[in-house]
Amino acid sequence: MIVKFIEYLRARMKLVIRLSYLVLGLLMVHYGIFVDKSSAHTKMELLFFFWAAFGFIACVLIIFLSKWYGHVKWFGTDFRVMSPEDYYDD
Amino acid sequence: MTDLWIHPGMVILVGALLLPFIPRTPAVLKSYLVTVPVLAFLSVLLMEVPEEGTSALLHGQFMVLGWKLTFGRVDALSNIFGHIMTLMCIIGTIYGLHVKDIKEHMAAWLYVAGSLGVIYCADYIVLFLFWELMAFSSVFLVWFRKRKESLPCGYRYLLVHTAGGLFLLAGFVLRYKLTGALDFNLLDVNNPALYTYLITIGFILNAAVPPFHAWLPDAYGEATVSGAVFMCAFTTKTAVYALARGVAGLDILIPMGVFMALYGVVYAVLENDARRLLAYHIISQVGYMVTGVGIGTQMAINGTCAHAFAHILYKGLLFMGCGSVLYMTGKSKFSDLGGLYPKMPRAFVYTLIGGLSISAFPLFSGFVSKSMIVAAGFSEHMLWPAFLLTLASAGTFLHTGLKVPYFIWFGKNNCSKETWEKAAEPPMNMEVAMFTASFLCIFIGCYLPYLYDLLPYSKEASAYAHHVYSAYHVSESLQILLFTALGFFMFTKKLAPEPTISIDMDWFYRKGGRAFFWLARKPIQTFDTWFGEVYRTVGLHPLMTTAKFWSWFDWHGIDGVVDGLARLVRSVGARLRSVQSGRLQYNIYYAVVIVAVLIVTYVYG
Repeated sequence: MIVKFIEYLRARMKLVIRLSYLVLGLLMVHYGIFVDKSSAHTKMELLFFFWAAFGFIACVLIIFLSKWYGHVKWFGTDFRVMSPEDYYDD
Repeated sequence: MTDLWIHPGMVILVGALLLPFIPRTPAVLKSYLVTVPVLAFLSVLLMEVPEEGTSALLHGQFMVLGWKLTFGRVDALSNIFGHIMTLMCIIGTIYGLHVKDIKEHMAAWLYVAGSLGVIYCADYIVLFLFWELMAFSSVFLVWFRKRKESLPCGYRYLLVHTAGGLFLLAGFVLRYKLTGALDFNLLDVNNPALYTYLITIGFILNAAVPPFHAWLPDAYGEATVSGAVFMCAFTTKTAVYALARGVAGLDILIPMGVFMALYGVVYAVLENDARRLLAYHIISQVGYMVTGVGIGTQMAINGTCAHAFAHILYKGLLFMGCGSVLYMTGKSKFSDLGGLYPKMPRAFVYTLIGGLSISAFPLFSGFVSKSMIVAAGFSEHMLWPAFLLTLASAGTFLHTGLKVPYFIWFGKNNCSKETWEKAAEPPMNMEVAMFTASFLCIFIGCYLPYLYDLLPYSKEASAYAHHVYSAYHVSESLQILLFTALGFFMFTKKLAPEPTISIDMDWFYRKGGRAFFWLARKPIQTFDTWFGEVYRTVGLHPLMTTAKFWSWFDWHGIDGVVDGLARLVRSVGARLRSVQSGRLQYNIYYAVVIVAVLIVTYVYG
């Protein structure tokens, strides 16, 4: 049943993607117009795209900064945080 | 139930000790394995918990060598932790029901008993006793994996925990020396003394706060399939309990917790092994709890307890999901897996539920617990910590909610033919455990009173219950999470698994230890050769050319001194070399023991 459902969705990938974009858009519109923002902690949050942008930028920052941290050569040596799997083997 | 108080840890402890005498008939053994943790859970449920604002109920008090030891202190804080620990013990035991080696069940139960002992005790001596029981029993859950790497990995785990235990020991002995008190209650966090910090170090090492965290991914990635399910629940959350009990409101824990939450996320990006990724997310999630303890308000402590409760269930569920893949296929690395959804669809759904819970999706358990800590930060006007924790929760969804399910069940199929053929739904008992945990994750998220009524400060909890599903909070969370998902699908290629390991703080005792011995050996060798040279020029050469006196002097004077010294140096060098060829862990262990003895003699001397 689960497999069938997944394959049903995969067969209609384009539609699923379009619907997902629609949901993202509606969320922002709904937040901008209807949501009571009196419990916001800062003025920034009153912007209709604030949390959407926050989520997206957070995601991109985490991916790129972490990958940079893992791949960069530290202290000008060959030492990288992401090392070969046999790094600790004798 | 007031007259008779049964320690739930005692139920598990006795259950573990009787286990070898239980007939090996599968039906009998299995029903015994389920009954014991259920009895422990019942003893928690039937326990009388004092009303809020009244003092804790004390049970099991004994006088030993002039010290009053208290094994049972029941109040709301110990009750909620006792509740979730025994509940997790039931789920974990069911998950491991197929394991034939009863030694593994014994180790797991002794470990749970240690955790419960810490939770219900009220003085540092009993706490220390059970604290060590936890470390020394859980290490077997690593060793029972029986791989070549398991043994050194277990020793490293033990080494770090022994060191942590010594900090704790030094802390409370120093406190006893200065104040004469051994009680395990809130310390004076506004005027912290040296012993406050020593005790805190002991606790935060078990809570895996950087830089004392590397033991966690190291051991949990190496533990047995069902052992990891136990380990992910008990050590860190018992430490969170100890922090909440002992040092709530200690300011330094706030930046430490926030750093932890982000640190775990960064390493999770780099990780190729599913269980090590989950282990890094424990560090990240415990970061929220440590921050909550640091904030220390009623709301924050409520949040810490709620999050520990929810975390134990969803993290257990995630370890069970990835563990079932490991159990069936023998693989846990993303670079060996992928595309498994037609083979293990139900395991996928359970893991996804765990992923959505940890990411604080509305209607799942993390949503009603994690946000309480963030809200406590906002209400104390700590904007930076609160926003950074919100950022970390985007990272949580990115990995546990998206990366783990995607690269195991979808994505590029990296499975070898053998892996693909072996992949199938796990045994029934594993599924029952995963189903139970999944159900509880959703139940907690949908039915607030179950968790909120257990929290230590009920007024704060019911006030927050009105806000948690406000339109603002739901919309905020959904936007953060779904736009994180957008980022994930845009940069999926960037996140493709890489067959590497990530160097972490354990480098210092894995490679750094070797560097230390190299340093110790190299100068001594140089010294040795240098002495040889001196001997040749000052000793040997004149011998050939000068008179008998020189010769006599050389033989009896210089040779005696120089050769003697050289021999001494060489023998020291050889000893160091032999020490080095032995297990490094032992050597550091000895060093730590010596330091401990010195501390104790200093304090009592």
